[in-house]
Amino acid sequence: MRLEAHLRARRAEGRRLLVPYVTGGLGAAWCDVVRAVADAGADAVEVGIPFSDPVMDGRTIQEASQRALELGATPLGIVDALARLDPGIPLVVMTYYNPVLRAGHVRFASRLAQAGVDGAIVPDLPLDELDGWADAADAAGLETVLLAAPTTPEDRLRAICERARGFVYGVALLGVTGERDRLAAEATEMGRRCKAVTDRPVLLGVGISTPAQAVEAAGAADGVIVGSALVRRLLDGGGPDDAASFVAELRDALDRA
Amino acid sequence: MDDPSRRAGVVLGPPGPEPAPRGRFAGFGGRFVPETLVAALDELEREFRAAWVDDAFRAELAGLLAGYAGRPTPLTECRRLSDRLGVRVLLKREDLTHTGSHKINNVLGQALLTRRMGKRRLIAETGAGQHGVATATAAALFGFECTVFMGAVDVERQALNVFRMRLLGARVVAVEGGSATLKDAINEAMRDWVATVTDTHYCIGSVVGPHPYPWMVRELQRVVGDEARGQCAALLGGDPDVVVACVGGGSNAIGTFSAFLETPTRLVGVEAAGLGLETGRHGASVARGVPGVLHGARSLYLQDEHGQIREAHSISAGLDYPGVGPEHAALAAAGRVEYVAATDEDALAGFRLLSATEGIVPALEAAHAIGWLAREAGGAVPAGATVLVTLSGRGDKDAAQVAERVGDGVAP
Repeated sequence: MRLEAHLRARRAEGRRLLVPYVTGGLGAAWCDVVRAVADAGADAVEVGIPFSDPVMDGRTIQEASQRALELGATPLGIVDALARLDPGIPLVVMTYYNPVLRAGHVRFASRLAQAGVDGAIVPDLPLDELDGWADAADAAGLETVLLAAPTTPEDRLRAICERARGFVYGVALLGVTGERDRLAAEATEMGRRCKAVTDRPVLLGVGISTPAQAVEAAGAADGVIVGSALVRRLLDGGGPDDAASFVAELRDALDRA
Repeated sequence: MDDPSRRAGVVLGPPGPEPAPRGRFAGFGGRFVPETLVAALDELEREFRAAWVDDAFRAELAGLLAGYAGRPTPLTECRRLSDRLGVRVLLKREDLTHTGSHKINNVLGQALLTRRMGKRRLIAETGAGQHGVATATAAALFGFECTVFMGAVDVERQALNVFRMRLLGARVVAVEGGSATLKDAINEAMRDWVATVTDTHYCIGSVVGPHPYPWMVRELQRVVGDEARGQCAALLGGDPDVVVACVGGGSNAIGTFSAFLETPTRLVGVEAAGLGLETGRHGASVARGVPGVLHGARSLYLQDEHGQIREAHSISAGLDYPGVGPEHAALAAAGRVEYVAATDEDALAGFRLLSATEGIVPALEAAHAIGWLAREAGGAVPAGATVLVTLSGRGDKDAAQVAERVGDGVAP
């Protein structure tokens, strides 16, 4: 339980948690980006394994996924690269279910665990369909993060928080990933609802784009996930230094709040 | 729009079997969607299950199918084509429905459900444009707002249907991502739905997607098979020897097959072989797909060894999809339905043959079924057999594309 234990320990220090998202395979320097954001104050890093049909993702991550695939990214290739990375904080991979199914539950879970990956997020694998994967992940010691959504009814929210490992990913708006001008009204309510039913770390993600939005969202939960705002900087030609300075800005804002 | 004089003619047979719990058809199906959509799918499942045994709902749907969509559609005996092929060909004429394809059957049912759920906006994906036109039509009829997602490639090759949808008041969004065809249109519709699910119903056009869609759309298309079986009984005194239908996602096929599953009739689904199965440029998910998960369902998909979905290819936009409905995957695994494939060339041959011999211009999708039968009559389909073919739609939408392709050489 390294991911959850790590996040709980950081939370206990009074720290607002920050998990940046980086698309695996996006450019030759993507591993350096992961290291750089880890060093810039992330509490864990979420690495996206690109899929051809990412239905939970908006334009930025769609484009990043497509570009990574064109550059030859493969699921197990990314996992192998992560094995050599050792960023000093937990790593969580995010991918869609088909690549997991194609690799095989047990094979994929054990490869991730062997690579030192601590958790996995599979956004198109809801609670009701979780068993095959979660059994394999549990057996491999891999923590499966579950998503809770603004539309999730109360009893289901409890079941999700109960079954989640690592942390609960509260979807901070009705919609897919991507930057927004302001924090959605659903964000703080999502954080409040999750916090009311679980002691697990609760992170809000989707649409959180700026340091100010991160502070506002983190105030309703234990922390935030920031993806598209970071990935856009990479798509625009930014490298590890640009990624690090953006994450440092987020870190600084969260620490000062 | 409800014409009682015709309603009596519409056959809404008894509800068919539900899939196993969690929407399973022998291991295929399910509900693999972002958490945001789960509550809406639960609601849709509840509402459909209740509506489908509700006499008032069924009567209203039957009335719309009769007075608005023009059902029942005829069964046409093809005398000249039968002489040519040496088999007896009967066509179930879905091309004669309002909007020109079987898609309207499903859409009218889902529009009634949308109203029942208190939603005011419909979204849909479309490949050839037939489902988009049907959805835009129902939206106009019910006074709903409507957005149709269509791959940018399909917007190009189906310009007539794009105009029709806009005329009907729908917003048509050209989807540029991925292969810019039907698969990507579904992705984009799902993304819209994740953001709008509280007031919007996603009107999926085929027996694909998360539970309850494969079951619900099959039930709403059963009318095709139920009518056809009754018409065959009246004409033949029994069931046909063979039933043939084209399969993209597979809604016209499953709607037809569902009436014959418990009979000895041979059932044949014709997938798109595109440029040929050996070229890798096709849409034959049963023939060449492997189990996987896309668009919410476990089924057979064209994909690479890493689980990335491959682009399909077909001359017909409606069959240009790298997957197939989960119930088809189950029927294939059980061996109850034979899945075969027809190439672009077979489809073009079928398109010209039916036009020239019967005066019926088929949609390119349905032309795959005709083309396969023309190729296999006297072979895989024995001489003298009686064959029911579902003509899923009419070919007006494809005339320009075929003209461009074959030029003046249209004679079969």
